[in-house]
Amino acid sequence: MSMLTTMSTGNMQRIGWAVLIGALLAAPFAIHSGRWMEFIELTLFAALLGQGWNILGGYGGQYSFGHALFFGTAAYLQALLQYKLGWSPWLTLWIAIGGSVAVAAFVGFLSFRYGLRGSYFALVTLAFAEAFHVLSRSLVSVTEGGRGVQLPLNQDPEQALATFQFTFAGPFLSEAGYYYTILIFLLIGFAVTGWLNHSRFGAQLQAVREDEDAASALGIDPFRVKMSAICLSAGVTSLAGIYYVQKFLFVDPGIAYGPGKSVEALFAAIIGGVGTVLGPLLGSAFIHIVGEFAKETIGAMLGDRPGVDLILFGIILVLMLAYMPRGLVGLVELLWRKLITKRGGGNA
Amino acid sequence: MLDVSSLTKRFGGLVAVNGASLTVNEGEIVSLIGPNGAGKTTLFATIAGFLKPNEGSVVLDGQDITGHKPHEICRRGMVRTFQVVKPFAGLSVRENIAVGAHTRIAGREEALEFAGKIAAHVGLTPLLDQSAGDLTVAGRKRIELARALATQPKLLLLDEVMAGLNATEILEIVEIIQQIRDSGVTILLIEHVMQAVMKLSDRAYVLNYGEIIAEGSPVEIAHDPKVVEAYLGHGASERMKSAGGADA
Ligand SMILES: Nc1ncnc2c1ncn2[C@@H]1O[C@H](COP(=O)(O)OP(=O)(O)OP(=O)(O)O)[C@@H](O)[C@H]1O
Ligand SMILES: [Mg+2]
Repeated sequence: MSMLTTMSTGNMQRIGWAVLIGALLAAPFAIHSGRWMEFIELTLFAALLGQGWNILGGYGGQYSFGHALFFGTAAYLQALLQYKLGWSPWLTLWIAIGGSVAVAAFVGFLSFRYGLRGSYFALVTLAFAEAFHVLSRSLVSVTEGGRGVQLPLNQDPEQALATFQFTFAGPFLSEAGYYYTILIFLLIGFAVTGWLNHSRFGAQLQAVREDEDAASALGIDPFRVKMSAICLSAGVTSLAGIYYVQKFLFVDPGIAYGPGKSVEALFAAIIGGVGTVLGPLLGSAFIHIVGEFAKETIGAMLGDRPGVDLILFGIILVLMLAYMPRGLVGLVELLWRKLITKRGGGNA
Repeated sequence: MLDVSSLTKRFGGLVAVNGASLTVNEGEIVSLIGPNGAGKTTLFATIAGFLKPNEGSVVLDGQDITGHKPHEICRRGMVRTFQVVKPFAGLSVRENIAVGAHTRIAGREEALEFAGKIAAHVGLTPLLDQSAGDLTVAGRKRIELARALATQPKLLLLDEVMAGLNATEILEIVEIIQQIRDSGVTILLIEHVMQAVMKLSDRAYVLNYGEIIAEGSPVEIAHDPKVVEAYLGHGASERMKSAGGADA
């Protein structure tokens, strides 16, 4: 009986994934409102940030407050190498990923080598992000400083793929090119976390999250595991930076290294459910829907007050941490189990 | 198999382990006993690489492993359990044991399957799918044991796996430990439950104030005046003799 329920749950899960991915792939064909597609695209973008954070924070229990570090480094490398050296975006993206991972290895080495955990690790990542923020503003000769880096817009449809720019890429791609870019990047993020759920490395990472001493007694090197996790996490997060630059053709210190992206990543993952594959997407969708709603209602009452939605998210986050530490995924699982036991009871 | 010589571990001014030496031969069950605070757990932690000794050496299978990291020592075949149990609370019992299994098994499916086999040995089969955080003391102690076993060790260091268990549970664990030894694993255990020590061990060491004060068969140890005094206080041995030679 219990075997049957678990099997059907497994199948249900597989079907659920197929439906979700199918729907995401088909969205541009079904939804013709540009505003809605933009909304979904931004949701997927925040989900990707959240998924990057989730690898280290959710699966590894190392809460970073400075994931902008990995987003921003990739964004700057992607922008600057094209802008200054005229390199192909298809080449610079590998360097952007590599640079982000290198920064992660550096920060990880300093933190984990000296055994920083919990709030100390969070503070170190925050401090590094802020340091890069200041540097990107002051090293004007390298980064163009506060003015930011603006990439030229390609208007030649022939060059659309070569320049990794879809604005003038013809009828279909100009609508959906960036959408599929972020979707593919997010699916990579899903694949990585899915792999964590079904691999030795993922098991070891979760063991380190739960108890480092017990993990090391069982043959796990916590330092090596955490180093791998922060690099993997940065690699996934860097994809968001690459997407951002190709989409908006612009980056500046605030966008790259400001606290905004760090917070967005953390919110999406924690509200959605840390250490789960689906959490960051659920969290991001929730945030964007509530944010939109807040803009419509609170905005209508108080006038346009930027930051009101952030206060709301802050409150939601606190409530989440207090009452639903497993996030929306935890809630969904709870409801699902109730449904199954009800159905099982009905059949008996 | 294990040679510990003149191991000393200090915490600031406190000498928790003071020049302790002990040997464990292949196939033996050796007990380490002593009053509370004697330094038993500290000695274990130092042997297993969790603490760096101030002096002395640890040799496993002829190789000096003094100061090696715990995970390296585990991979060489010596694994410890924790007196204060440390289950991976967010994982199921099966996943907990699989973490140990992954020390020698790369594949996820294989490790989960092996975890099931180990669980059967220690009587955890009915609890395999439960969250480790939800288990009772007895269950958690078994998880400690199962995870350690799953690393397929040559030498198992057990720190009070019977503390907090009732009489029936103790009998079960004693039997499990005997089976583990019969399967070819050498065991060094810390235990306060004397009945279990007497039943299980080939030899025993007594630690008091960080020093090994006696070594021998369980029966010899139990009648050693130094040991009786360590447990019951100075002069206890004399008092007991004059009171009619009660067995320790
Ligand atoms: N990390 C530490 N820092 C400082 N002192 C410690 C530390 N760990 C243990 N001690 C001290 O070392 C002494 C030995 O402790 P230990 O836990 O090894 O004793 P034990 O023989 O295992 O006792 P029990 O039977 O109660 O488990 C105690 O006085 C204890 O307070
Ligand atoms: Mg102890």
